[in-house]
Amino acid sequence: MTQGEDFRARVLVVDDDASLSEMLSIVLRQEGFDAHLVERGDEALDAFRAYKPDVVLLDLMLPGKGGIDVCKEIRAESGVPIVMLTAKGDTIDVVVGLESGADDYVVKPFKPKELVARIRARVRRNDSPGADTLTVGPLSIDVAGHSVTRDGQPVSLTPLEFDLLVCLARKPWQVFTREVLLEQVWGYRHAADTRLVNVHVQRLRSKVETDPENPEIVLTVRGVGYKAGTSGQQ
Amino acid sequence: MAERAGRSVPETLRRGLTFWRRSIQARVVVSTVLLSTVVVLAVGWFLLRQVQQGLLDHRVDTVVREAGTENQAAQERLAAVPGTDTDANAQANTVVNSIFTSGEARGFSVVMAGPGAPHTSLAERGTKLTPQLDLASVPQSLVDHFDESGSPTIAWTYTTIRFSSRGEVTSSTPGIVVGSTVTIPADGSSRTVYYLFPLDDVQQTLALVERALLTAGALLLLLIAALTWLLTRQIVTPIRLARRVAERLAAGQLQERLRVVGEDDLARLAISFNQMATNLQRQIRQLEELSRVQRRFVSDVSHELRTPLTTVRLAGSVLHEARVGFDPPTRRAAELLQTELDRFETLLVDLLEISRFDAGAAALDLDDVNLTDVVRRVVDSTRALAEQRSTEVVVRAPESPCVAQADVRRLERIVRNLVTNAIDHAESKQIVITVAADEQAAAIAVRDHGVGLAVGESAMVFNRFWRADPARARTSGGTGLGLAIAMEDTHLHGGWLQAWGKPNEGAQFRLTLPRHARHPLRHSPLALVPEDAAEVVA
Repeated sequence: MTQGEDFRARVLVVDDDASLSEMLSIVLRQEGFDAHLVERGDEALDAFRAYKPDVVLLDLMLPGKGGIDVCKEIRAESGVPIVMLTAKGDTIDVVVGLESGADDYVVKPFKPKELVARIRARVRRNDSPGADTLTVGPLSIDVAGHSVTRDGQPVSLTPLEFDLLVCLARKPWQVFTREVLLEQVWGYRHAADTRLVNVHVQRLRSKVETDPENPEIVLTVRGVGYKAGTSGQQ
Repeated sequence: MAERAGRSVPETLRRGLTFWRRSIQARVVVSTVLLSTVVVLAVGWFLLRQVQQGLLDHRVDTVVREAGTENQAAQERLAAVPGTDTDANAQANTVVNSIFTSGEARGFSVVMAGPGAPHTSLAERGTKLTPQLDLASVPQSLVDHFDESGSPTIAWTYTTIRFSSRGEVTSSTPGIVVGSTVTIPADGSSRTVYYLFPLDDVQQTLALVERALLTAGALLLLLIAALTWLLTRQIVTPIRLARRVAERLAAGQLQERLRVVGEDDLARLAISFNQMATNLQRQIRQLEELSRVQRRFVSDVSHELRTPLTTVRLAGSVLHEARVGFDPPTRRAAELLQTELDRFETLLVDLLEISRFDAGAAALDLDDVNLTDVVRRVVDSTRALAEQRSTEVVVRAPESPCVAQADVRRLERIVRNLVTNAIDHAESKQIVITVAADEQAAAIAVRDHGVGLAVGESAMVFNRFWRADPARARTSGGTGLGLAIAMEDTHLHGGWLQAWGKPNEGAQFRLTLPRHARHPLRHSPLALVPEDAAEVVA
């Protein structure tokens, strides 16, 4: 590998449709990404380990192994952003995909710009400046070190969950609407699918709350959005 | 307490009336019993009258004959007396005493009146009578009767026989008084003797008959009531069963059937009913299967189209991006490819959405939503289209938020469909969007002043692929499914989506949502007919 290729973000495309995969790779390469194609679900994990991508594009219906299972496997060993490609925009499919660990989803047929914007948003993490250490209830967040501890125990969060938590924790007095969160955490302006926020908040809660049914760290403000729970000290 | 009683009485009455209306059995039993009562009473009355008349006639015959016999006996005794005895009073006394004796033995009372001027009462004439008998027991009419007619031998009438002691009436019974004249041989004068026969025994017999008739009538009515109840029960029970089964069938339990017992009419009714149910079930199953297969097919086709469409879409974009380097015809081709792909895609997305509604797979993701926010977002996102058509879009919303429980994604789609539809048909005239809410409901009305809708079109606009004028060019590239999808979305919320329109005066689409999901809607906070057009309709 040459030095120049290292700067290109790597995208692992897992899709069984050869034409679509090829077309995706053409578009992605035009947009300055490096793409690697996998056609079978059961080959995806090996390819992931070998290729070490920055973003995974994952079709839901795959031969060999379903996209949901592949998603869970990858998520079990890495926090790499996963964007699902789905032919079904039904709430239930989207929610199942997101709950299995995906960060985002794109419904076929998508516009190339839309896909690229989402991949870019996932690759380019928004490293906002600010306090290095934040505290929400029993959680202590090391922003620079990208780590979260709960009573001294490290909590494993994906980068997106981490960003969501940091966004809320930076302004514990502010209530964030889902649209604002989409813009600040996901980096989307008009992609108004607030289900993304709902599912990620649930995922975050299941990791950081003692009782996800009665959240204390990420609170719901009915009719408005979410806010961070009372922080011990800023 | 009084108030509660006042409320509970009409309540009971209402329940009774409801029962009356609902129960054939009660109505049949009550009307049969009423009718039977009338008949039984009439028959009873007639019988009683017959018996009474018969008994009285018989009695009258008996007593008149008896009085006649007595009289004759007395006359004979007088005739037997030697002609020398000339004391008329003594002769009369003899007669009276003998009649008294026989009266005591046979239970009748006797009055013998002395001679007197016509139309004088018995008391004035001097009488001999059974002790304690009240003189008023002999009616004056009978006394007068003997005065008027020359020499009647015997006459009778009904009366009330009274006995009194020291001015007080001790007993009073109905009776027959028979009068008859006796000639005293001594001076040839005549005395009238009144025989008073009590009707005690007749009265008792009548009372007995009356009691018997009453008892028999009551028992008969009871029997009729019980019989009717039993009969109607036999008819009504199967009908009620059939009703219950029909209700269950109507509720979708298509496997419900009636039990068939015997071979009578009801059994045949049950058999026909069951046949009908079976046919219905088969037809419904067939239709369900057909529509399931069809929906499944539409859904599958749409899904299968998605992946190749994505590839084409990406390829089209690549070509479109590179069009600067093409010769003009190829460049134009690339552009057309791009725009038509957009159209194709929206159509596919809409079709998929519709097929999802048809499959019943659409689910609500409810949240408290401020309708004003949604409207403003939609107006922002459609601004480009509005400016392109040089159409002004005005939002009129109250200061306070208009919150309703809704699926924000679907609500936004409804409003977007209404607003783009209005922009399409507004002919560059102003569009006004009004938002309002009250305790029960929240509403959005989108008013345009464009081509409007003809009579009868306001219901058809929500039909799939419906176009007001098939010849009219489609300008916006709408799929023709937007309003149909909006309608489905609204139904999912339990809301209303209605259209009003007049040709060349524009149209108004009103969306009403209940503030709490699943609460039934009763009214809308906004009028369907806009104020500026209300008088035209009124």
